[in-house]
This record gives sequence, structure tokens and C-alpha cells, in this order.
Amino acid sequence: MKRNFVAILSVLVLALVFISSGTAQSDLPGTPTDDEVNVIAKQLYCPVCENIPLDVCGTQACAQWRELIREKLAQGWTEVQIKNYFVEQYGDRVLATPPARGLNWLIYIIPPLAILAGLYILFRAFQAWKRPVPQFDQDLPAPETNTDQYAAQLEEQLRNR
Amino acid sequence: MIANLGYGALVITLVAAIYGVAAAIYGVRRDAPAWVDSARNAMLLTFPLLTLSAVSIILLLVNGNYEVEYVASVTSNSMPTYLKITALWGGQSGSLVFWTWLMSAFASAVTLRKWDRDREFLPWVIVVSLATLAFFLVMIVFFENPFERIWSIPMGQPIVAMFPPAGAELLVQPDGRGLNPLLRHPGMIIHPPMLYLGFVAFVIPYAFAIAALVTGRTDDRWIRITRRWTLVAWLFLSLGLILGGRWAYDVLGWGGYWGWDPVEIAAFMPWLTGTAFLHSVMIQEKRGMLKHWNMVLIILTYDLVIFGTFLTRSGVLSSVHAFAQSAIGPLFFFFIGLTFIVSLSLLLYRWNDLKGESHLTSLFSREALFLLNNLLFIGILVICFWGVIFPLISELATGQKVTVGPPFYERATGPLFAGLLLLMGIAPLAAWRHSTAKTLGRAMWKPFIASLVVLGIVLIAGIRQPAALLAFWLCAFVISVTLYEFWRGALARHRKSDESLPLALWRLIGRNRRRYGGYVIHLGVVLMAIGIIGIEVFQTETQGTIAQGESISLGKYAITYDSLANFDTNDGRNVARAVVTVYKNGDAVGELYPRRDYYYESQQPMTIPGVRSTWEDDFYVLLVDWQPVSTIGATFKIYHNPLVNWLWIGGLVFILGTMIAAWPDKDPDTSRVRVSRKNYTAAKA
Repeated sequence: MKRNFVAILSVLVLALVFISSGTAQSDLPGTPTDDEVNVIAKQLYCPVCENIPLDVCGTQACAQWRELIREKLAQGWTEVQIKNYFVEQYGDRVLATPPARGLNWLIYIIPPLAILAGLYILFRAFQAWKRPVPQFDQDLPAPETNTDQYAAQLEEQLRNR
Repeated sequence: MIANLGYGALVITLVAAIYGVAAAIYGVRRDAPAWVDSARNAMLLTFPLLTLSAVSIILLLVNGNYEVEYVASVTSNSMPTYLKITALWGGQSGSLVFWTWLMSAFASAVTLRKWDRDREFLPWVIVVSLATLAFFLVMIVFFENPFERIWSIPMGQPIVAMFPPAGAELLVQPDGRGLNPLLRHPGMIIHPPMLYLGFVAFVIPYAFAIAALVTGRTDDRWIRITRRWTLVAWLFLSLGLILGGRWAYDVLGWGGYWGWDPVEIAAFMPWLTGTAFLHSVMIQEKRGMLKHWNMVLIILTYDLVIFGTFLTRSGVLSSVHAFAQSAIGPLFFFFIGLTFIVSLSLLLYRWNDLKGESHLTSLFSREALFLLNNLLFIGILVICFWGVIFPLISELATGQKVTVGPPFYERATGPLFAGLLLLMGIAPLAAWRHSTAKTLGRAMWKPFIASLVVLGIVLIAGIRQPAALLAFWLCAFVISVTLYEFWRGALARHRKSDESLPLALWRLIGRNRRRYGGYVIHLGVVLMAIGIIGIEVFQTETQGTIAQGESISLGKYAITYDSLANFDTNDGRNVARAVVTVYKNGDAVGELYPRRDYYYESQQPMTIPGVRSTWEDDFYVLLVDWQPVSTIGATFKIYHNPLVNWLWIGGLVFILGTMIAAWPDKDPDTSRVRVSRKNYTAAKA
């Protein structure tokens, strides 16, 4: 039970790391500059030219959408409000990452689950394979302990590569 | 005439490939070497035939035979000859022919080189190679034929077909539609061929793995035979990825080198499994362990290679690379599924024969750390694969497509890449078989102290971001460990044999090129990481509209807008080219010429940056917009990309390391074969 709890907690923590976002609010008063527009445009994807962020898309449609962001900023809209507006108009695909709801949770849950599963398999394999340490050690000691021995064993390794 | 010749060659190649598969299987099962030799001849025949077909396409492209649909779709009169030739891989059907041509070249090379030595495996290598070739040829001959021509019929629209419909005549057009502007770049000469070489070369180790499974020869023989093939495949794939990054940086006009585009990821995924495989096979060679896992990795790599080609070519995922879309997706899907199931079935059939010969003895041993490295690579693969296919799943399940963009991949893979860097620092110091925390600590403390000194310098330089500090420390640690490994190896040799230190170092590397080439690769990766940290953590940008004579500044840099010229070129472009003067700390340091090219044929604009590159940083200027009336004002976007050139320098070091590792040794097996042949001839005489 405790182990399950730890596993679930780990998945949730990893999932939160995956979806946590470091975006900054930018709704300064006055005429919005290109940089202020691009802060938001960078987080939105062109609804027409797929996989191209709005801030670098060269099409006429994208230039108009950037102007729309500028207008909204001038009207005092916040970053969140503008992003929501685009989502309402064009769907979730305009966001750089899927919003964490419904089926979209899978995108955040599956990778950490798979990695934890891999770690678990590896851990079990280590446990299964681990045997008592042999009496003799053929491997390289730290170089300062015995340089001659190191040199001899290096030669041996090179011969058996 | 040329089109018929090229198409005929393709059809004969397909027949030869199918015959080769059947003859090889029959020959092995009936123990009839003549049939196997015949299969080999069929294999060898595919190369000249496919060369003929590829040359036919190139001739059609260069001659401007626009009655051929493929030629009309990827070339135009205004294109320079080198781009007309490279248009062979500029569109879907041509690039599939190019794929098969390369595949045939590699497979022929395998059968030519070591026929006597590897006779046990080679019939099955022929079967796998020719079956792969046959699949691609079926797609080309029946679905994506580059030799189809455009026919005008008395009533209705022109028809695209290989042979003339009744009453039809060839529709000879004066010009073609031209190549996608994104592909009109010198990078087109080298980037796609390198990626394709990497893709097809990975088929060879896979073919040997399958041969090992079929024949039951499940020791590490197949791995030793394909060691160099795998390294060569990996070299080309790495080179393709690096060149693709550079191309994106130069052409796509976003100030970056990697956009986590599905097609970029498609090429990256087989690289991930291939890299895991390169590390993991060492455990099998040294300890006789992980035989199942190595099979899984090479099967995954092969199917990811096919998947990569599928993603680029099927049009199932729309992306900036999806210039070529068609309905060949289901066929690819079927082939991937079939090969995956057959391979896994063979693996399960031989499961008990592949049991490990020894056990893991220590959590700190090199093999244990390599396993951890494999887990991290596979973790990154899962993230990439899931990120690429999730939009499709979402669309299928909810009808709504979503975007899985760079923020997802960066956040998800960042910690795993950091883990890989850490392992790159620890693993070289860990011994095979048995290593304890104490012995590892004793081997590690000197490089560790050196890395802390570097961290101190970074702190004194004023860098405070935790992610950057951690990343720089990791880089310093790996560099220290790697240099320390070279140092202690050379020193030991120097003391033992009285060789001078440089000579000792040279001979040390020569004695085990794989090991020390691997270390050079590690150094390359770290240098690339420094470039990536620079651009990811410290990149700054600004955008503004300025009139002539006005300036925009970004940090210690500024630009002044001097002038703008707008003109047409002979190759069908309208060019708007700005001249800006760059200032650093108030001093003029040069001029840049950012421009916007508009291609009339495809009605597509291209933003070409003006870049000032130094060891320290890149100053990257884009012309975003301008006033058409004279030069009243223009909008510029400016990026400051610190350290980014270390990404390219690291790439060169990386490739150098791979070449050192893959450089041919004197092959003891070949010598043995030659000696036995000589003895045989002598005895006969």
C-alpha cells in the first residue's frame, strides 16, 4: 500500500513538473510593443501553418493575428485572456502544449509512468543479477594506488577489446 | 524513352528482389549453395539497375522534361543545375528511389566484402535486405512512380499516368512548378543524403541480428561483424541531424536550430535507440549479458528507421517538413507492423538461447551504469514517440487536434539529458564487473575538484540561473573526466615503455580506437551541450520598426538601419535586402544583410537572416517587414545567441570522434581467411 502511494505520488510530482509553465504576465499600459506582442505570440501556434509559433510565422494571416494580440493588449486584456480567446476561436491546437484536462492528461502521465516502470524493471533486474563480489578484482584500481598495476591492466584491456 | 528505361529498371529490380528473397530461403532450406549464390547475384544486380533508374530521373530533371509529373513538381527552368540534380530527393517518389539506391549499395557492399567469412549469416542478410528493398520498390512501382507522365486527352483534364490512355498525347509544358523554397539551399546537397545513409545503413546490423536469430548463432558474432556498420550508420545519422540543425538555423528564420518538429523527431528516434545499442552491445561483448535487450534495441532501431521514412513521406503528420504527402501511409504501417511482429516472434523463439552468460556484480560497475544510460535513452524515446503520435490519438478520440510543441519536449527531456551527461562523467571511471562507491570515488575526486573550480569561475562570471549552473558544472565534470582518462592512460604507457607522452597518447588511442574515439565523441557532446545551454538559457531577442538612420539595441549590441533594396533575380525571386550596421559596445563592428526572398512560382516567402558569428556569440538579424514606399521604415527581429557556435564546433568534434571509433582495424578474420585460402592453394599446387 505504502509502495503504491509512493509510486502514485512520484507520478503526480513528475506530471506536475511536465506541465508546470514558466510564463510571465505582460500587460503593460500604453501601446504594446512588438516584444510584448511576441511574448504571447511565442506561446501560440499558427492555426493554419502547423507547428510554427505565431511569433515567427511569416504568413499574412499570422501577421493579422499578431495585430489582433496587439489590439487586445491595448484594450487591457491579460495574457491568459488573450490565449483563452484564441483557444475559443481556433481550438486547443493553438496552444504550444495540450491543456491538462480530459484525454490530454495522458500526454503528461504516460512518459513518467513509462520511465518509472523502466526504473522498476531495472531495479528488479539489479536485484536478480546481483551476486556476491568475487574475491579477486581484475578491474582498474584508482591510478594513484598502483600505477604499474594500472598500466598492466590497461594493456590487458586493450588486448581484449 | 528515358522515363520508360528508368521505370523498366525499377520493375526488373523489383522482380530481382523478390526472386532473391525466394532463392535465398530455398537455397538455405534445401542446402543448395547454387541457389544462395544466385540470390546473391540478384542482390548485386539491384545496384546497377537502381543506378540506371536514379540516373534516368536525374537526366529528366536536368533536361527539364516537364511532361514527367515529378520533374514538373520539383524543378523549374530558373533553378541552378545543382538543385535540379538534388531534386532527386526533393520530392516523395524521387526520394524513395534514392532510398532504395542507397539501400542496394549498402547491401551489395556487405555481400561483396565478406562472402566467405560470413557465409552462415549472409543468405539471411540478403533475405532481410531484399525484402526491405522489395517493399520500397512495390511502393514506388505501384504507388509513387517518379516516371509517370502528364497526358492530355481530347475531352477533360490532363491525366497523370505511366502509359498513354487511349487517344492521349504527351502534354509538354514549358516550365515546372519548382522546388519548395525551403529546400533551395546548399544544405540540400548534403543533409538529406546523410540522413538517408544513416537510415539505410542501420538496416545492415538489423539484417545480421535477424540472421543470428534465424540461424541460432546467438553469441556475439553478429555484433562483432556489424560493429563498424553500426558506427558508420550512426555517424551518418548524427551528421544528418547536425546538418539539419545548421540548415534550420540558416534558413527557417526563427533563430533556432531545433524546433521539435515531428519530422526532426522522426530522424532523432532511431538515433536514440542506435546510441543506446552502441553502448549496450559493449556489455554483451565484455560480459555476455543483455543479449535479449540488444536484439530489442536493433529491432526498434530498424522499425524506427522505417517509421521515420513513413512520417516524412506519408503525410500523416503535417509539419514544416511535410512538403511531400501521399496515400502510402497504410502500406508503411503494415510493413512496420509485419517486421516488428516477425522480429519479435523470432526473438521469442530464440529466447532461451539468448540467456546471459554472467551476472551483474555491482551497482557501480560500468555495465550497470550503461544500463542506466539505456534507460535514459529509452525514456527520451518514449517522450518523443508519445509526443509525436499523441496529436493523432487526440484527433481520433476527440476529433480535436492538439499541438505538442517544444515546451513539452524541453521540460520532459531536459532532466534525462542532464542524467545522461552525469553518466558520461561517471561511467568512464567505473570498472567492468566490480566497482564500489569507494573505488569510484577514488578515481573521480580529481576531475570532480576540477569541475568545482570551473563552477566557481562560472559563478564569478555572474551566472546565477540554477539550471545553467548545474548544466555548466555537468559539462565541466564530463570534460575533466574525459581529459583525465586520456591523461592517465597516456601517463601509464609513458612510464611503462619510455615513450614520450604525445607518442604514448597517440598509440593509446590507436590501440583502442573505439574506446578513445568514444571519449572524443563525449567531448563533442559536451561542447554541443555548451552551445545548447547558451541558446536555451541566455538567448535574448527584440523586435522593432525603425526608420532609416534609427537604431534598435539589444544588450551590448545595436543595429542602425542604413538602406533597403528591392529587386528581381534571374532564378525567379523578388529580393528585399536591407543593410544594417552592427554596433558592439558603441563601436561599429560590421554590416549585415538580412533579406526576404519571395518566390514567384510557389508564392512563398523565405526569411534569410544576417548573422555575425564569433566564438562568443551570434548576432542574428531578420528582416520581418518593410515599407514598400522607398525606405521609410523596416521591422527587424534581432536575436542574441550566446555560445551557439560551440554547438557546431562540438558537432565537428563529435563526427571526428565517430570517425576515430569507426576507423577500420586490421581485420584478423579476413587475414585468417586469406591465410587459409593461401594454404589451400599451396596444398593444391
